[in-house]
Amino acid sequence: MSRALTPSQTVGPFYFGTLARSYHDDLAPAGVAGDRVEIELSLVDADGAIVPDGLFELWQANSHGRYDHPEDRRNLPLDPGFHGFGRASTDTAGRAVFRTIRPGRVPWPAGGLQAPHINVSVFARGLLNRLATRLYFDGDPALAEDPVLKLVEPARRSTLIAKRDAAGVWRLPICLGGSDETVFFDC
Amino acid sequence: MNEETYRRPAPGRDHPSNDSPGYKSTARRAPSRPAVMLPHSLSEVTGPSLRATRLDSAENDLTRQRMAEPLGERIIVQGRVLDQDGKPVPEALVEIWQCNAAGRYHHPGDQHDAPLDPNFFGGGRARADAEGNYKFITIKPGAYPWKNHHNAWRPAHIHFSLFGPAFATRLITQMYFPNDPLLAYDPIYNSVPEGARARMQAAFDMDSTQPEWALAYRFDIVLRGRDATPMENA
Ligand SMILES: [Fe+2]
Repeated sequence: MSRALTPSQTVGPFYFGTLARSYHDDLAPAGVAGDRVEIELSLVDADGAIVPDGLFELWQANSHGRYDHPEDRRNLPLDPGFHGFGRASTDTAGRAVFRTIRPGRVPWPAGGLQAPHINVSVFARGLLNRLATRLYFDGDPALAEDPVLKLVEPARRSTLIAKRDAAGVWRLPICLGGSDETVFFDC
Repeated sequence: MNEETYRRPAPGRDHPSNDSPGYKSTARRAPSRPAVMLPHSLSEVTGPSLRATRLDSAENDLTRQRMAEPLGERIIVQGRVLDQDGKPVPEALVEIWQCNAAGRYHHPGDQHDAPLDPNFFGGGRARADAEGNYKFITIKPGAYPWKNHHNAWRPAHIHFSLFGPAFATRLITQMYFPNDPLLAYDPIYNSVPEGARARMQAAFDMDSTQPEWALAYRFDIVLRGRDATPMENA
């Protein structure tokens, strides 16, 4: 029997109750294979104002490019200490910091491989739907052939690419509007 | 490679528009450009399963998380997590949060002049069974004021968060109670297309109501189903 979708609603301002108990900002405890990366996401509105009541979730493959999910049936190693899920709320400066590993490459349905990327969900008071975006790593040679970046107009691709700062932290500002509005995906 | 994909909601039929002028906070937070259509790859058809997340026995009973029972009307909230084909989403993790019976959240950011209840934290988690059935015991949340417009009150609601099987099925929603007069005035409820709003209302469930103990409400949650047509290799 076909059923109608349950509509989306905002996460609202006071979501810390339950969700805070399942925050994971350290995705890759000791022993997990891969290049360790520290990622700082920040969230601003259309005026560039800080969004201190936002929530980010990450979903990524392990360093071999394998998702910890039954639908990824490829013969690649799973990492028992790595599940690929992260969640953290923004702080009073609109930021959230995650420690993880750089994911491996995953295939594209029409053939070829995608560049290493992390799938990002954005929630906030005032957002009625989850926004989906991606984080790529600046300087990665695979960026030039990434099939998803090719779907994005060239001038906006940089909104998806984290840059490494002098301290080695990968920073990606997520802008809900304004001239640097982040590319969001209908996925 | 021939991934199975997830069906896309028809625009304007199921979900609210991000830009909903009645809900003032959307004005500076709704993206102004259309989302880029993304074909589904492994990144979208997989998602956090949270199978490794172990739940304590009291997590789905919000009346037994503290020293004593919270004040308020005890209720049972249960239902099924399904997809659009009516198939259960087995072992789905369901997370909820809500204010107390007086309309106050257990959170320092909530400054509403209503009493906190030391016996009510307001957060719960449950894991659905193999048929998608989940169950919470809680108290009925109160209405609370907010600053969206003059004399703005949120109808009583419980926030629900679901992952479903994939990144593409992630959903956060709110459950409302039937016949609440505040629904007509609430810009968040009414941000949803008119024909879809009632899906967010729980149904009063006399059959599951327990004599001398608690009223029951039923709230089924429907996540995106699989696409019947194989993906084009384009
Ligand atoms: Fe709320």
